[in-house]
Amino acid sequence: MKTIRSMVLVSSDPLSMERGAQQVFDNLQSEIKSFGLEDEISLSMVGDVGRHDALPLVIVYPEATIYGPVKPQDTRLLVEEHLYKGRTASELTASIRELSGKIAWVNARKGTIPAQQRIVLQRAGIIDPTNIEDYIVHDGYQALGKVLTEMTPADVINELKNSGLRGRGGAGFPTGLKWGFVAGTGNKKKYVVCNADESEPGTFKDRLILEGDPHSILEAMTIAAYAVGADEGYVYVRGEYALAQERLKIAIEQAKEMGMLGDNIFGTNFSFNIHVHSGAGAYICGEETALLESIEGRRGEPRPRPPYPTTEGLWGKPTLVNNVETLANVPAIIFHGADWFRSFGTPSSPGTKVYTILGNVNVTGLIEVPMGITLREVITIYAKGMKNGATFKMAQTGGSSGSIIPASLQDTPMDYDSFSRSGVSLGSGALLICDDNNCVVDLAKVLQNFFRVESCSKCNPCRIGNERAYQILNNISEGTGTMQDLEDLTMISTNLSELSNCGLGQTAGTPIRDVLDHFRAEVEAHIKLKVCPTGVCPMSGKRK
Amino acid sequence: MTIVKENEQRMLDAVEKAIQQHGDSRDELIPILTDVNRTLGYLPSEALEEISRKLKSPRSQLFSVASFYHMLSTKPRGKHVIQFCESAPCHVVGGREVWQALQDTLQLDSGETSEDGKWTLITTSCLGLCGVGPVVVIDDDAYGNLTAEQIPAILERYND
Repeated sequence: MKTIRSMVLVSSDPLSMERGAQQVFDNLQSEIKSFGLEDEISLSMVGDVGRHDALPLVIVYPEATIYGPVKPQDTRLLVEEHLYKGRTASELTASIRELSGKIAWVNARKGTIPAQQRIVLQRAGIIDPTNIEDYIVHDGYQALGKVLTEMTPADVINELKNSGLRGRGGAGFPTGLKWGFVAGTGNKKKYVVCNADESEPGTFKDRLILEGDPHSILEAMTIAAYAVGADEGYVYVRGEYALAQERLKIAIEQAKEMGMLGDNIFGTNFSFNIHVHSGAGAYICGEETALLESIEGRRGEPRPRPPYPTTEGLWGKPTLVNNVETLANVPAIIFHGADWFRSFGTPSSPGTKVYTILGNVNVTGLIEVPMGITLREVITIYAKGMKNGATFKMAQTGGSSGSIIPASLQDTPMDYDSFSRSGVSLGSGALLICDDNNCVVDLAKVLQNFFRVESCSKCNPCRIGNERAYQILNNISEGTGTMQDLEDLTMISTNLSELSNCGLGQTAGTPIRDVLDHFRAEVEAHIKLKVCPTGVCPMSGKRK
Repeated sequence: MTIVKENEQRMLDAVEKAIQQHGDSRDELIPILTDVNRTLGYLPSEALEEISRKLKSPRSQLFSVASFYHMLSTKPRGKHVIQFCESAPCHVVGGREVWQALQDTLQLDSGETSEDGKWTLITTSCLGLCGVGPVVVIDDDAYGNLTAEQIPAILERYND
């Protein structure tokens, strides 16, 4: 990947043009060429930048250094000093007074428009993921250096506790607390495992982190290993993510060569090794005990808990299991400090969250924004509204185990506490936005089918409950449901959440519960009137 | 007779290569099975038997693992495997029509292999490409933002 190191902007408003901006631009272009920098520096003309006292202006990003007024004969000095030697040509800089609001705005704007706050994705898409030097230039491995030379394991865990970071895999468990549990066990052999078995429908944030910034995960795992006292780690990547696995393997080789992984990291007596383990296609392996079973080479069937992996995990040893997004926050927290991290998001859920926006909206994709943003903001600002001007009906968060949020809850701040007060779940951060052409019965049927297929079939409530719930939903969608079916669905939903062995079964009843809570009238129309109000369900009159 | 022998040799070679790469420890079972599955297209019972001998692990255990994971198959599959994502994000943006078009064009149902051994059609859970749904993956090629009309033209590409 070609990386643009600096971006040079020349103001080209009428006043600047009158004062020779075109000549400045042409000179800059030839000077950049004469230093052989044309592949690393992008040069462009920009319009009015909102500052008229020192035109023409030349602004160099990412430092946002402002030079002005720049005369054509100044360009050689500017290119040689700033772009070639890498230091500010201070005699040419514009005076600091009168920095206008507009320039401040340009400077504060990060990522794509509109503004996002990127912590875990700060480097994804900017650096070459197969080049460790790119990572180091962007503050990479600085946090690890700080940890190994200036901090004790207890310091690291305290910093993490103070930051208030909560697990981003879905459950929102405080990360520092979990690290403390593993650190507190007396065992000599411990493991750090990164859960990259991202299989929640609608979620692909971890893939982007691994593909775009693999070193951040290695650095975070090494910091975790130092903090909890582990010497071996695994990244469990789902089998479908071949590119992510390849990039991780390259990153591990490079980090070892540089002495940032392996034996005696940074010349200290701390050693840590990381293996990449590929999954083979099983949603359940995202459940941490099933994941451990799979690493050990068995069927991915969850273990009974307790004992929790923090005391008895991989091969019976204390094991720290963290999600990719959780880990990607760690180097930034150590590097900038817990207080910095707490300046984002809400007091109870600090930091940012990566959301994937999907469904019937104009722009789908991935954003990283502070915790506490509302669904309405996401739809209007980032998704650019509903497709074809349709009406927002419901959103499904956090993949299949998330909640179905009706339009009435779209102004609830999306953070762990506000959501749990409203009885909904943030899940993995997928936002599947559905318009009013979607039928709730049809959606619930698709979600239930997912659990039916992906249940590991080890425990009965999950194996039988999901199958039966799917059959009932299917009957309702065929117009052959009865009111008794709704009672049965409620019972199955409760049984699933109370009797299942692991998280999959315990959350599998959520879609049914939400549909019956928020959209009961629409479901009853299928039964009492034999009509699907949106015209999606087949209503063929067949019954299973 | 020679064809049978050739097949057997191919199978033994695949097992040998996978074990050389990953070692003969029981912990490496899933990577070994994945490799053999990739080389042979599925896991024949003879291959499982050979792996069982090499790893000194009972065949029942191997079969229990091989039948658990979606990416491993104990049944022969067609030359090209078509995976259709049936999860909700693809479903709400037109996945249903794409699935119907796939079934109509190939005259296959989920999990079936065509008689000429060219196609296997399977449904799968989320593939992590949700930003561009509906998604179909044929062998290692992913196709996104699909419409039902595009299906015949895409299948045409696999005319070898």
